[in-house]
Amino acid sequence: MATVMKGRGEIARLDREVAEGFLRTMMLIRHFEERSLELFTKGELIGMCHVSVGQEAVAVGVCSELRGDDYVASTHRGHGHSIAKGADIGKMFAELLGREAGYCKGRGGSMHMADVGAGFLGCNGIVGAGIPIAVGAGLSIKLRKTDQISVVFFGDGATNIGAFHEALNMASAFNLPVLFVCEDNMYALSTKTGDMSGAKCNADKGTAYCMRSRVIDGMDVYAVRDATRELISAIRAGEGPAFLDCKTYRYYGHSKSDTRPYRTKEEEAEWRSRDCITTLADKLTAAKLATAEEIEAVEADAARQIEESIEWARQSPFTNPEEVSKYVFAE
Amino acid sequence: MREITYRQAITEAMDEEMARDERVILMGEDVGLFGGAMACSKGLYEKYGPERVIDTPLAETAIIGGALGCALTGMRPIAEIMFIDFTGICFDQIVNQAAKVRYMLGGQVEVPMVIRTQGGAGRSYAAQHSQSWESLFAHFPGLKIVMPATPYDAKGLLKSAIRENNPVMYIEHKALYNNKGNVPDEEYLVPIGKADIKREGEDVTVVAHSRTALMALEAAERLEVESGIDVEVIDLRTISPMDEETIYESVRKTGRLVCFEEGHRNVGIASEVSARVTENCFDYLDAPIMRVAAKDVPIPCATELEREVIPNPDWLVTAVRKVLGEREKVPAAVGYTSCV
Repeated sequence: MATVMKGRGEIARLDREVAEGFLRTMMLIRHFEERSLELFTKGELIGMCHVSVGQEAVAVGVCSELRGDDYVASTHRGHGHSIAKGADIGKMFAELLGREAGYCKGRGGSMHMADVGAGFLGCNGIVGAGIPIAVGAGLSIKLRKTDQISVVFFGDGATNIGAFHEALNMASAFNLPVLFVCEDNMYALSTKTGDMSGAKCNADKGTAYCMRSRVIDGMDVYAVRDATRELISAIRAGEGPAFLDCKTYRYYGHSKSDTRPYRTKEEEAEWRSRDCITTLADKLTAAKLATAEEIEAVEADAARQIEESIEWARQSPFTNPEEVSKYVFAE
Repeated sequence: MREITYRQAITEAMDEEMARDERVILMGEDVGLFGGAMACSKGLYEKYGPERVIDTPLAETAIIGGALGCALTGMRPIAEIMFIDFTGICFDQIVNQAAKVRYMLGGQVEVPMVIRTQGGAGRSYAAQHSQSWESLFAHFPGLKIVMPATPYDAKGLLKSAIRENNPVMYIEHKALYNNKGNVPDEEYLVPIGKADIKREGEDVTVVAHSRTALMALEAAERLEVESGIDVEVIDLRTISPMDEETIYESVRKTGRLVCFEEGHRNVGIASEVSARVTENCFDYLDAPIMRVAAKDVPIPCATELEREVIPNPDWLVTAVRKVLGEREKVPAAVGYTSCV
């Protein structure tokens, strides 16, 4: 069995600067996602848009422990990972609006957001497909003999696909520096995690491939950070891959068209009451490490940055249809 | 010049490129000490060690995904898939990931990886180990596909593929490994994207690739000796991107075209060549284009059944006579294109 860890975010251990950083990044992601949905509804944002509202603590907790040269591979719900890895929000919005200034010059959109320079190898439109690629990045690290690590995010649904198992097996066999992060938001679109696998929890699949596996509260950014720190230190010490199973929740549906008939309003309210942002803000004020006004100021600043980024993206030029064939092949 | 086998040509190409660039690695099932299922990596494990000649788990998705992850982060992997028939298992990683990642990411990455695999029939391996899937992969933008017929091309094309900054599918033919041919002593490359006129002729153009290019040369000899028919044989060598100009130039000269391949006739490479020539050289054509390809039947095991499905030089001889207006019974798998 994988080890189940309790959240260890004791108030006394909260360092104001770190906590404010977490809060700010989680708020940036929240506002980014909420505004994306609004723009999507208005028709300004094109294509598909899978938002991660509710899951911010996982992206932020994990990425806060990464170095700039570590790799991250992501999913179709990857805006949060992108922001947490340090991507430029203006260029992200430009991509969502189909602009040349976007990270992928309008060729990719939401599901292929990537900032390879920042180590963010990209979102992926195919469930589970990023996992073997991240393992390949891990193999490359081992061959190049650096002390980087490769991290891959995926959902509970992906733990049932063949690519997941092939990838975990190879990472384990080759002792690769890879951290597998499962964002278990309880549903693969409409089907419940527990109904679609005989495994008691996703982390048991990591255990099955003989890797250090942890189950943690994915709504607690400190719990995510602490577990990540422990696992990464083992990975960097050459102890092989590890598995982090984060219990979290997506507040909205799988995508815009999902009316969520498969779950109750009560369940949604229960998870929202444990919101990663409000919980942390409350802890900070309760411990008198920050005032309510100060927290509001952080949020206002995040909201302002999002609006400025949207405006920047709107002002940026559209793509040039004459260049549609550009980037099919490298010269 | 010296004579080596098609298999040795492949080994030499990998050996030379691994010696030249330490970022080049080989990964796949049984490629290490065992030397590869087709014995193409014999000796490389001993020379370059387990870190550069990597035995992988029996897991095609992890092999291709793993190679792609390596290619995106500073390595230049060669991934071996034992039979092209097994690429169905890792189809997603090839066509949705490797082929498209550069484009989807707006040019942020280069993808220097080679997928070495082998296809074709002639060994009674039956329906899951004898196929020619190049037309499937040729459908997707972002992949380059090369298929050598001779040891010379095998070596030169593989060296070019390894130096290419795009994903290349390098498809060998299982019946050719022991074929011998001349290669230069000194280093050389065969450019990707360039067809080769393997035999010049005036009367009819035959476009073929891989083993059918050799069959076409055999048929051409017979047609010359028996009937004085002068066949021009074009070996595509690169399936995608296709060297159209070499084909068009030949058809403008001969006015007649037979497309000859080992894949199934339905929606194949021959169909593609035929369509392009029809669109671009219609006024030069003196006869309808013909396709000679495998019958649309899963490839059977029994020798006499396999022979019924897979094209041979006889079929091509018949088709060439047909486009030249000679009356002769045409086998069922040979027919006029319906797209003219």
